[in-house]
Amino acid sequence: MSGVALDPKTSPVFPMAAKAALGDTQMRKNVRHATNVIQTKRGRVVGEMPDWQQLREAGKQIRQHTMEHLDFYLEQFEENCTRVGGVVHWARDAEEAKRIVTGLVKASGSDEVIKIKSMTTEEIHLNDALEAAGIHAYETDLAELIIQLGQDQPSHIVVPALHKNRQQIREIFQRKMNLPELGESPQDLADAARMFLREKFLRVKTGVSGANFLIAETGGVCIVESEGNGRMCLTLPETLITIAGIDKVLPRFQDLEVVLQLLPRSATGERMNPYNSIWTGVKEGDGPRAFHVVLMDNARTEILADKEGRQTLNCIRCGACQNVCPVYRQTGGQAYGSVYAGPIGAILTPQLQEMHHAQSLPYASSLCGACYEVCPVKINIPEVLIHLRNKVVKQNTAGIVGLFDVEAGAMKAMAMIFKSERRFRAAQRLGRMAETPLVRKDGRGVGWIGWLPGMLGGWTQVRDLQEMPKETFRDWWEKRRTNGN
Amino acid sequence: MRVSLFITCYNDTLFPETGKSVVKVLERLGHTVEFPAGQTCCGQMHYNTGYQSEAMPLVQRFVDQFREAEAVVVPSSSCVAMMKDHYPKMAAEIGDAKLIADVDALLPRVYEFSEFLTRGLGLEDVGAYYPHRVTYHASCHGLRNLELGDGPLRLLKAVRGIDLVPLEGLEQCCGFGGTFAVKNADVSSAMLSEKTTAILNTKAEACTACDNSCLMHIQGALHRQRTGVKTVHLAEILAGDEGAAR
Repeated sequence: MSGVALDPKTSPVFPMAAKAALGDTQMRKNVRHATNVIQTKRGRVVGEMPDWQQLREAGKQIRQHTMEHLDFYLEQFEENCTRVGGVVHWARDAEEAKRIVTGLVKASGSDEVIKIKSMTTEEIHLNDALEAAGIHAYETDLAELIIQLGQDQPSHIVVPALHKNRQQIREIFQRKMNLPELGESPQDLADAARMFLREKFLRVKTGVSGANFLIAETGGVCIVESEGNGRMCLTLPETLITIAGIDKVLPRFQDLEVVLQLLPRSATGERMNPYNSIWTGVKEGDGPRAFHVVLMDNARTEILADKEGRQTLNCIRCGACQNVCPVYRQTGGQAYGSVYAGPIGAILTPQLQEMHHAQSLPYASSLCGACYEVCPVKINIPEVLIHLRNKVVKQNTAGIVGLFDVEAGAMKAMAMIFKSERRFRAAQRLGRMAETPLVRKDGRGVGWIGWLPGMLGGWTQVRDLQEMPKETFRDWWEKRRTNGN
Repeated sequence: MRVSLFITCYNDTLFPETGKSVVKVLERLGHTVEFPAGQTCCGQMHYNTGYQSEAMPLVQRFVDQFREAEAVVVPSSSCVAMMKDHYPKMAAEIGDAKLIADVDALLPRVYEFSEFLTRGLGLEDVGAYYPHRVTYHASCHGLRNLELGDGPLRLLKAVRGIDLVPLEGLEQCCGFGGTFAVKNADVSSAMLSEKTTAILNTKAEACTACDNSCLMHIQGALHRQRTGVKTVHLAEILAGDEGAAR
């Protein structure tokens, strides 16, 4: 999978990609270890907050309110950001966003940029667009640097190189930084990255960042991170270009009080992030002299228009749902075929594709609800998954082609059966007859089915199915009543 | 009390012993069990797979069958979760004021079986005897949607003769998830493998739960691997008595 861009338009369907991922035992071991470590830390710091549930509710209310008045807050952000010396650009889609950023970098007179970790730039594959325009981007977040040097793809929203272990990272550094003697202690690896990056920080004059939050009230942009490399990118360059989805806005500065408690505890199990940077416009003699914000829609307006799908936009990208998800923990992130993996990816990606691609993702969940339980802004992910499944079914059953959809045919037949008790009983009898050729008796005389045809074959890959009992509960109940006991 | 049993379509067809056990426990506790004959399915499979309009008529059907019930008892937490989480929204969607009111009035009287015993009747000891080593798997819908908490465990602890052993990773999904088990068979199998390993580590003779759907999936792998470990619905343990034990 490495090196191939995670593009929902070309990625294999989830069950196929998952099958390949399940064969990568080292990756699965790494993912399990990393998610266990983060989950344990998260559990500890969430447990020490007596008002965690109230905080979650407050987070939900803030995000919901913002989405209901997004037009107002975006305009307020533009006005305030402009007032303090920023330049706001609006991008309808990924293409427009890439065109704007490329143009701004060129105008800054640089053919290199240093970048802060940003899922939004991953979403639109900005680095490829910059490269095509002759601009080289250096990722400065340690995990993103590992991904970039390893020609890999991110597998987690917060910890993009979570699928790699220390030995694998050392090997990448040895090869790409030309350090054959490099050791594998955290100190060795951090030193190597520092040496590699320091030179870029001091040389490159243009920075590109994403945003954790845009603050409408002040026109400020907020980034939280753990390494300080982000702060280097925010303060050293002469030109700073921030690109953010329009969903990243918060109404008031005070709202940070809530989200900056929810985010670090949920994301990395920390009480607060080591580096919280908020920059508001340009100041003479301090930081970048030119500051641009590109506000990107890229299908977010369509999501906003969908009453049931809308809560997806409340996400603050903490990744807690990924760490807790039993599906993600088996497959890792790249199987989702998108930079947004795990439960949030399963609802966000198909909607960002306006339901034209990634239709298998809403089914990549057992609906166990663990994601909803941990979500710091209470996004009911299972509810949205079911809503999107309905959209997929509507697409698949539309028109003439829909008449030949095997699953839909079976589902409609079942629905007809359940509409009448008489039909249901007939179907139960029919089922018993139909399974007879497949049943094999075991040593105790109990019948089992070890092979099922077609789609149902997935069941018998690793499981047997006990034969249907001779008598349904209903038959027993009637007989019992007739016999009068 | 007059208790109406909603057996659910798959219990009716595949697990009649669970239904018989529910009847036995409730009658032993002195309640009258009724079985509305026109009942079929709650609509969960259709709804969760994306066939919302096919599930819709089943809401009306459930309401019609159980409108008069004093209490509705269902030996399946996922079916109860389906009703509690989605029926009000489904009724609202078609804008049928009567159905909305009916659903509102009926749902507070619908209980998952163990929930009826612990919360509805305030019981822990239902007079059961089951001299076996047992581990309990908390199904996701019972755990998260119905918030059953330790209710089922308290019922099990009160069973005489039982050797109850805790299951590691109790809150982890077993990987069933309805059509998920066939649509994403490989991932489902990987999740199941973790669950069966945890069950085998307990050295239990049987794994129990409030949902035969999870148990059917777990049982399928335990049988395929020739482990000799059984699965048994909670109701069947609670129905056990000294007379039945030979």
